[in-house]
Amino acid sequence: MKIRIKFSKTGIMKFIGHLDVMRYFQKVNRRAGVDIAYSGGFSPHQIMSFASPLGLGLTSEGEYLDIEMNGTEDSRTMRDRMNHEMVEGMEILSYRRLPDTAKPAMSIVAAADYMVSSKEGYEEILWDGWKAFFASFCSQESILIWKKTKKCEKQVDIRPMIYEWRVEASGIFLRLAAGSADNLKPELLLEALFQYAGREFCPHAFSIHRLEIYADTGTEKEHSFIPLEEMGEEILIPVPRTEEDKP
Amino acid sequence: MKKLALRDEILLKVEKPARYIGNEVNSVKKDPRGVDIRFVMCFPDVYEIGMSHLGIQILYDMFNRRDDVYCERVYSPWIDMDRVLREEHIPLFSLESQLPVKDADFLGITIQYEMCYTNILQILDLSQIPLNAADRGEEYPIVIGGGPCTYNPEPIAAFFDMFYIGEGETRYNDLMDIYKEIKASGGSRQDFLERAAELPGIYVPSFYDVSYCEDGTLKSMMPNNPHASRQVIKQLVMDMEQVSYPEKPLVPYLKATQDRVVLEIQRGCIRGCRFCQAGMVYRPVRERSLEQLEQYAVNILENTGHDEISLSSLSSSDYSRLKELVYFLIEKFRDKDVNISLPSLRIDAFSLDVMSRVQDVKKSSLTFAPEAGSQRMRNVINKGLTEEDILNGSAEAFRGGWNKVKLYFMLGLPTETKEDMEGIADLANKVAKEYYETVPKEERQGRVQVNVSTSFFIPKPFTPFQWASMFTKEEYLAKARVVNEAMKNQLNHKSLKYNWHEADVSVLEGVLARGDRRVSKVILDAYRRGCIYDSWSEFFDNGKWMEAFEAQDLDPAFYNLRERSLDELLPWDFIDTGVTKDFLKKEWKRAMEGTVSSNCRAQCQGCGVRKFGGGVCFEDQD
Repeated sequence: MKIRIKFSKTGIMKFIGHLDVMRYFQKVNRRAGVDIAYSGGFSPHQIMSFASPLGLGLTSEGEYLDIEMNGTEDSRTMRDRMNHEMVEGMEILSYRRLPDTAKPAMSIVAAADYMVSSKEGYEEILWDGWKAFFASFCSQESILIWKKTKKCEKQVDIRPMIYEWRVEASGIFLRLAAGSADNLKPELLLEALFQYAGREFCPHAFSIHRLEIYADTGTEKEHSFIPLEEMGEEILIPVPRTEEDKP
Repeated sequence: MKKLALRDEILLKVEKPARYIGNEVNSVKKDPRGVDIRFVMCFPDVYEIGMSHLGIQILYDMFNRRDDVYCERVYSPWIDMDRVLREEHIPLFSLESQLPVKDADFLGITIQYEMCYTNILQILDLSQIPLNAADRGEEYPIVIGGGPCTYNPEPIAAFFDMFYIGEGETRYNDLMDIYKEIKASGGSRQDFLERAAELPGIYVPSFYDVSYCEDGTLKSMMPNNPHASRQVIKQLVMDMEQVSYPEKPLVPYLKATQDRVVLEIQRGCIRGCRFCQAGMVYRPVRERSLEQLEQYAVNILENTGHDEISLSSLSSSDYSRLKELVYFLIEKFRDKDVNISLPSLRIDAFSLDVMSRVQDVKKSSLTFAPEAGSQRMRNVINKGLTEEDILNGSAEAFRGGWNKVKLYFMLGLPTETKEDMEGIADLANKVAKEYYETVPKEERQGRVQVNVSTSFFIPKPFTPFQWASMFTKEEYLAKARVVNEAMKNQLNHKSLKYNWHEADVSVLEGVLARGDRRVSKVILDAYRRGCIYDSWSEFFDNGKWMEAFEAQDLDPAFYNLRERSLDELLPWDFIDTGVTKDFLKKEWKRAMEGTVSSNCRAQCQGCGVRKFGGGVCFEDQD
């Protein structure tokens, strides 16, 4: 049975890299007695996959992890049980059952929301009214940047990958393309912004917080983004292991 | 939310910021202002190595059971972070509270190997604590050292306010109580050192004067303070049931060297190999009970979420209830995908059966540590492993499907001859031959692989070989060449692989292991020249060390190349490990004759540790 877990990663946990977060969850599952399925073979591993690795230094309240379970308690019990084993800065937000036919989160990620704000102590690097400046930056028809790939560097227009943006009191809200087709990292966008302004880019001046990850159920012309968790349903009644799942 | 000592900018600039933020699963959170004593425990090497150390886990757990103590941790900042801390004058901080180490009451440093000595100076330096204990005023923490290297603390004595000789579980509570009392009554650093020196096992170097003979050997070592005693006696736990064990050990985010549950099944070793310091200083063998170990295994796996458990001891095969324990673990965790790893196991029918159940035979390799190539040489070192044992064990393993064997040896042992060195290649060849004779052609999975490694023997204090002489770097390399040549001449040379250790590190380790107080100047000088992380081959700089010896007018040859006379006063003679010097002399003489001595269970050799009143010395004598 497929389960989608939504979690947050905040505070100092932003310094824990993606591979270490994976190892962290493997241990959480064991401590919490999560009845997760294992792959076969001589060194079996827990069947789990993350929607989209979060870069080092970023925080999030919209991370996703898909796991395969043998049997499960109801959503609330599982959430509490896992949260009991969490460290400060990590929290399970939802635990939902996916239809058996559901594709893994990783393969359907289409967009992600971010909140970009300036960090305390970096007032000198950010100029007055940088948020207003952002509006003129985004109003360009195309934003060409050089993007490094494994083999070469190529020029890409990132403007179409900015789906939504608005300046808010606490910072700039962004909805950016994510996933395997088009992917725009907020850091890259900020770098382009600084370039546009003719200023030297200081990556440490911003804090970037991921808010949500979406799948796209619309068409190429008209997107229809839905949060990944909405593809699953709350489990109200525990689902026992089936006979064949028993080792 | 926890506040960090370092800015984001710094943490995102260095490799693996997880090394510096704490917050690990099972780490202890206390208000540092709400305790009487802040004790920062340090392993002077990189985080991933330090976090793998069981001793710190034991003491961290033990100290933090006290409400009045906050035990925190610090490890050597990696080279990149080292640079930032120096450039920005940021004082080194503990992981838990992120507060400066220099503001703590204690800085406890566990000293597991000699090649970490410059890292000790790095820790002090980055903490902004004066490197020499003599220069520390009232405002600085008490710097206390412990661990195996403190069985000869003299080369680093200048840097420590005190050493704790022996197992931490026994005296630390008393030491904390004394500190609290003195702090409350407004006593001075000196007052505390004097009271502490009266505790068994505590050595305060500044309370002793040493003098040297004209030939450079030690003339005398005498207390200069009435609170210090002439002999410092090793402290040890006699009832393993009565001491605490960390049932909720720290679980790091980063992959530590030991990314598994470590279950200490016993302390000490009955074997009496004459080169082995651990086998001598941790005497007598004291076992933990089967029932307790079973309980710990279950609880710790539950509390950590690890998927592997490893049994820890100097010689697991000698644990009297090993079979029951191992079969319990297999039974209990078979369905829970928990790996069981069994290092330091003798290869026999039982261990092969266990290994075939818990690991992938095709991928794993079999390890033997004959330590010496000829039977004569193995008798000298009292390693009771015969060629027959190795060949029979190998044959049985080959029949079970293994085809990789690792063999460990030492070069430069006392009385070693060319034949002994060539014996290494000969033995390796016989193991390969055994494979081709045991496994029929059609069942072979390719060629057998026999990997031979040699290290250079380094005489350690409190072993029967403490008087032995070492060799020069060139002589060591010549020895490795003898083995290498002999390897090439073997019939099965295509199945054999040989590699040997660096020789210059061994020479230095020899000096640090058996040095006296004068060596501290060299360590300090080498550190000032930039030596750090000497146990990492990419950072070890022998040239700088040799310059330091020259500048301080000390000769490594004095410490390494002379055979010490049996009546020489040795720098570590002031420590009483329980094993008598007479016993060590007797064993040294027997080694020279090539006579073996039985293990503790077969027949007591009268080493002296019976005076501690427990352990293997009193087995079956209820």
